[in-house]
Amino acid sequence: MGELALRLDAVSKAFGGLRAVDGVALAVRPGERRALIGPNGAGKTTLFNLISGELPVTSGAIRLFERDVTRVAPHRRAALGLARTFQITNLFPTLTVLENCLLAVQALTPVKFSMLRPLAAYHALEERAREALAAVGLADRAAAVVRNLSHGEQRQLEIALALAGRPRVLLLDEPTAGLSPAESHLMADLLQRLDPAITVLIIEHDMDIALEIAQHVTVLHYGRVIADGPREEIKANPLVREIYLGA
Amino acid sequence: MSRRVAGVGLIVLLAAAVAPVLPAYPLTLLTQAFIVAILAMSLDVLLGYTGLPSLGHAAYFGVAAYAVAILATERQAGFATCLVVGIVAAAVTAAAFGLIAIRAAGTYFLMITLALGMVVWGLAFRWVSLTKGDNGISGVPRPELGLPWSLWGPLPFFYFSLVTAVLAWVLMGLLVVSPFGMSLKGIRESESRMRILGYNVWLHKYLSFVISGTFAGLAGVLWAYYNGFVSPVDVQLVTSVETLLMVALGGPGTLAGPAVGAALIVFLKNFVSVYTKRWLLILGAVYIGVILFAPRGLAGAFRGQRH
Ligand SMILES: Nc1ncnc2c1ncn2[C@@H]1O[C@H](COP(=O)(O)OP(=O)(O)O)[C@@H](O)[C@H]1O
Ligand SMILES: [Mg+2]
Repeated sequence: MGELALRLDAVSKAFGGLRAVDGVALAVRPGERRALIGPNGAGKTTLFNLISGELPVTSGAIRLFERDVTRVAPHRRAALGLARTFQITNLFPTLTVLENCLLAVQALTPVKFSMLRPLAAYHALEERAREALAAVGLADRAAAVVRNLSHGEQRQLEIALALAGRPRVLLLDEPTAGLSPAESHLMADLLQRLDPAITVLIIEHDMDIALEIAQHVTVLHYGRVIADGPREEIKANPLVREIYLGA
Repeated sequence: MSRRVAGVGLIVLLAAAVAPVLPAYPLTLLTQAFIVAILAMSLDVLLGYTGLPSLGHAAYFGVAAYAVAILATERQAGFATCLVVGIVAAAVTAAAFGLIAIRAAGTYFLMITLALGMVVWGLAFRWVSLTKGDNGISGVPRPELGLPWSLWGPLPFFYFSLVTAVLAWVLMGLLVVSPFGMSLKGIRESESRMRILGYNVWLHKYLSFVISGTFAGLAGVLWAYYNGFVSPVDVQLVTSVETLLMVALGGPGTLAGPAVGAALIVFLKNFVSVYTKRWLLILGAVYIGVILFAPRGLAGAFRGQRH
């Protein structure tokens, strides 16, 4: 089978009496595009919070490129090549688009501790930040303050921040949340064009977009994996049709 | 940015130009304003740039002032020794307090820094053998720098304070536009995003806390020499509150704003004290006024919305 990019073994998370994530096992190969679907409250975002380290697991193990990161701090997981976007836009609202991107670019370099030289003097960083912006189609918005961006632009910037650190594993939490159908379509195109070397795990409530991007689908329901397989198989799975598609 | 630099340059040049013709009392106040401006800017690094509202900033200021007062009176220590020991004492205090305070966020951070500030005040008050308690330490001599002008003179000491304040402003100004400064702004805006991007948020906050305390210490060193007298009043809660108000009044996250806020509070306090003893009441009124009419301080009110 070779090295796995991401591997979860019996991962659980309890909030009081609620088991939001319940014994989830997951194996994602490098370069794979995996969709994570399931009804609202299924535990998808919580699972992302566990993988990225925002929340500690109640039990189970998480491995990133075969390295156990279950108790590793979020910033160290980022250094190992993990990046994510947020379902609820999470940016630096009073900074400019470029500054947002610079923060993402310098995050994994020792430059972030430099104190006596202006950030503007680091031209290589700025170049990389502008590249990341260009990749999501925000090049001409570099000087805008983020809170003045449209919702759609903010969702694009979410992606740019995640890509700026050149991740190996990318977690996308509903990248099309709140977008118009036309904007969703553009976002789907953008995601299609991502470097094929990046392993992508995407939560997406729009089945068409999820299946367009991912060849492999995992279905979560009440915190448990109830189906896992190639997209054609999942589309045909009667249990999935019943509880997820409501058909 | 460059307009702000020009503005500060203008104010500094103006102050330097009028100082020789100022009567003694306004000159003392102006000197005081520049010293306290360093304290206000140091808190701005923490509050305005990192988003951490400390209510115990008088502690680092006071520890440095006491260190200078004790060394200069009991050991007749020279300027270099006093400066280094004063600043290091402030930095070490901030490094110790930061370990306790940085774990907390928001109001809890405020309360913990307040409590830690009270500890320093309590020590200043009770550790009589070291601090002379309530009496304070008087007779701190002005430093001997080997310059043609004696710092005992009000005018040379004013220029000495002005140069130090400008130096502090340049250093902190560099800090906030550096990559490290940008990461502080990021933490102010979203800690969770910063963590996910790969920042050790705790470490950056801690460094900011220690740097801020260190610059507060620099202000404390100058203060001990300026006043010639250090007492528990310098480390009491009101001093911390005044500093917080200087930052809020001037505009957090601008450095120059809080420096101007410091000058305004210094002049207001001395002006008001001629007429009334109810300084705290006035201070409270100013605070409410700022919250109501200029929540982003004077700098924010003048600059307007950033586009
Ligand atoms: N921090 C939290 N504390 C308590 N309950 C939570 C927390 N986060 C999520 N939950 C609960 O866990 C369940 C799964 O939520 P979530 O992971 O956001 O679902 P999804 O992303 O699949 O819609 C929900 O019932 C939600 O209310
Ligand atoms: Mg969710």
